[in-house]
Amino acid sequence: MNIFSMIPTIMMVVAPILITAVGGMICERSGVVNVALEGLMTVGACSAACAACVMQFAGAGKFSVWIAVLIAMIVSGIISLIHAVAAIDMKADQTISGTGINLLADGLAIFACQVLFGMDRTDAIPIRMASDKLGFYPSFYISILVLLLSWFVLYKTPFGMHLRACGEHPAAADSVGINVRKIRYIGVFLSGVLAGLSGACAVMTQTIQFTSALVGGRGFIALAAVAFGRWTPIGVFGASLLFGAAQALSVLLNGTAIPSEVFNLIPYAITLIALIIFSGRDYAPKSAGIPYTKSSS
Amino acid sequence: MEKTIKKKKAFIDWFLDSNGATSVAVVILGLFAGTIIVLAVGKNPAGLYKALWQSFVGYFNKGMGKWSISPLGDTLTFTIPYVLCGLSMGFANRVGLFNIGAEGQYTVGMLAAHAFAVLVKPFPGMWFFCLVVAVLAGAIWGGVVGILKAKFKISEVVATIMLNYIALYTYRLVALYLLPSGATNRTYRTADFPSQALLQKVFIPESALNIGFFFMLLAVAVYWFIMEKTALGFSFRATGFNKNAAKCSGINDTQAISLSMAIAGAFAGLAGACVLLGSLRFGRIMQGQDNYGFMGIAVALVGNSRAIGMLLSGILFGALKSAYSLMQFMNIPREVVNIIEGLIVIFIALRSGLELVKQYRAKQLVKQEASK
Repeated sequence: MNIFSMIPTIMMVVAPILITAVGGMICERSGVVNVALEGLMTVGACSAACAACVMQFAGAGKFSVWIAVLIAMIVSGIISLIHAVAAIDMKADQTISGTGINLLADGLAIFACQVLFGMDRTDAIPIRMASDKLGFYPSFYISILVLLLSWFVLYKTPFGMHLRACGEHPAAADSVGINVRKIRYIGVFLSGVLAGLSGACAVMTQTIQFTSALVGGRGFIALAAVAFGRWTPIGVFGASLLFGAAQALSVLLNGTAIPSEVFNLIPYAITLIALIIFSGRDYAPKSAGIPYTKSSS
Repeated sequence: MEKTIKKKKAFIDWFLDSNGATSVAVVILGLFAGTIIVLAVGKNPAGLYKALWQSFVGYFNKGMGKWSISPLGDTLTFTIPYVLCGLSMGFANRVGLFNIGAEGQYTVGMLAAHAFAVLVKPFPGMWFFCLVVAVLAGAIWGGVVGILKAKFKISEVVATIMLNYIALYTYRLVALYLLPSGATNRTYRTADFPSQALLQKVFIPESALNIGFFFMLLAVAVYWFIMEKTALGFSFRATGFNKNAAKCSGINDTQAISLSMAIAGAFAGLAGACVLLGSLRFGRIMQGQDNYGFMGIAVALVGNSRAIGMLLSGILFGALKSAYSLMQFMNIPREVVNIIEGLIVIFIALRSGLELVKQYRAKQLVKQEASK
């Protein structure tokens, strides 16, 4: 099989992972750990599929795909606010509220399908994203755009500097007048919106309908990509490329001498090994996962 | 008049201080939210409660013409892995760790029991050794996380998430390529288990309730004993309260963290063996995660990581899962059960907000005293 002919397929798998990972990176750089990426992707994928089906059955044309994507971003963004309220205002354990959203998302998604379609998946979406002449889907270009934007915003704008300050030393950020609460809310909300976008891209390119197995751990792969990419855009890009390629190859090389499970295993094993090798050197944002309490003076 | 106000305040304070009371409130809130969701889609929420009720007392089976208590059997069967995975999460939680990896420890436990059952020549009492290897496998899988945490300072949350998926795909690799394949279906099933490896059914033969239930009860007792009655348990709890203080008073925190994760993994490993040899009873090839490990997090949180609390919350979640299958007949989308479970966990996370209420009330009290 020609390696070049595989590139569009690989990028199709990479795109959702990259978009979600960028969201996770922004969220963690603002100081909130988001293990709910998996659930937010599920919600995004399901709402995109439901919206597209409903609109297209009513006779909507090509543009409905993009409205569905937009709806997915909004719905996931709203769900992510649950995590924001818990983590930022209620000073909750962020892993617990993230896990709760993951459990809730599965239930909500299938529940919506049951109500709308009477089965535990959506109908097939008639019109999905179309690939261009080179074989790339729009999701690929979107993911690159998201990556570049995240780099620009994080490193070239005052807002990005404030966001990174909140993840490193919120008390210092607070002392110079940065609204830590607001910045962290934006961080979590952006990760929700991007996870929704990514879920929508996944359901619009890789399959014909939403099923509960669609996301299948890719939110967690994105989480691994954030850690393996050491919380920087370029690192996250490299990690997503590697992990996405492994995922794609598990399908493309199915039936050859190497079992597909080996490729499925790679992202997780590599991340674990990398964490061991790089342990002791702290790349993670220093205050990620710690609620910030304004000291009363 | 003044007296009643005082009484009211005392209730709020009692409520805020009692973990048990807030847990009950969280569950009620979860069920309430579920009711609203069922109403919102225009169905009758009574079916939800009927299904929950039936999952404890059974229902009248018209086809057989008699009362069937098999739903109770299902409830108690589901309780086995829920409680065991809850113990896994809870044990680590008491040492100040967040074990999101019960799922992976459960999976390797299941894999070890599976491999032992199909590879070793059958002998009487084989099932017991299957359970033992499952416990050992789970302990190793959990212990690795403990060592990574204690020696390399790697976040146990990230490490366990990675190990969950490594466990899942390792299971598939081993079951598909290393274990003898079954005669019927090579993609979903491996060779069948010898009858000596299966856990004997008890009490309600039409359900899958098996002797794993007694091992679960034993595990609850062991959990309580280690945690509350031994010096080891004290060192665990001390590390959980304040790692540095524990270290200063001579407690080896590295050992406490590694050992507690290993014990946590052992509980989850046992859960895997009980599900495979007691409920499923065939050589399966895992297609995806069973979610018992993740639900164990909910069980432990609702049960406040206390032995009896987790037993009770495990039964509750077992009943919810049993109700899930009963609700098909009630004309309600059964996924509302999963929504309720998710909401319960989210409400538990929000419980930390009560701490803020407490602080606010303390402040108010000081102000009141000052103005007198």
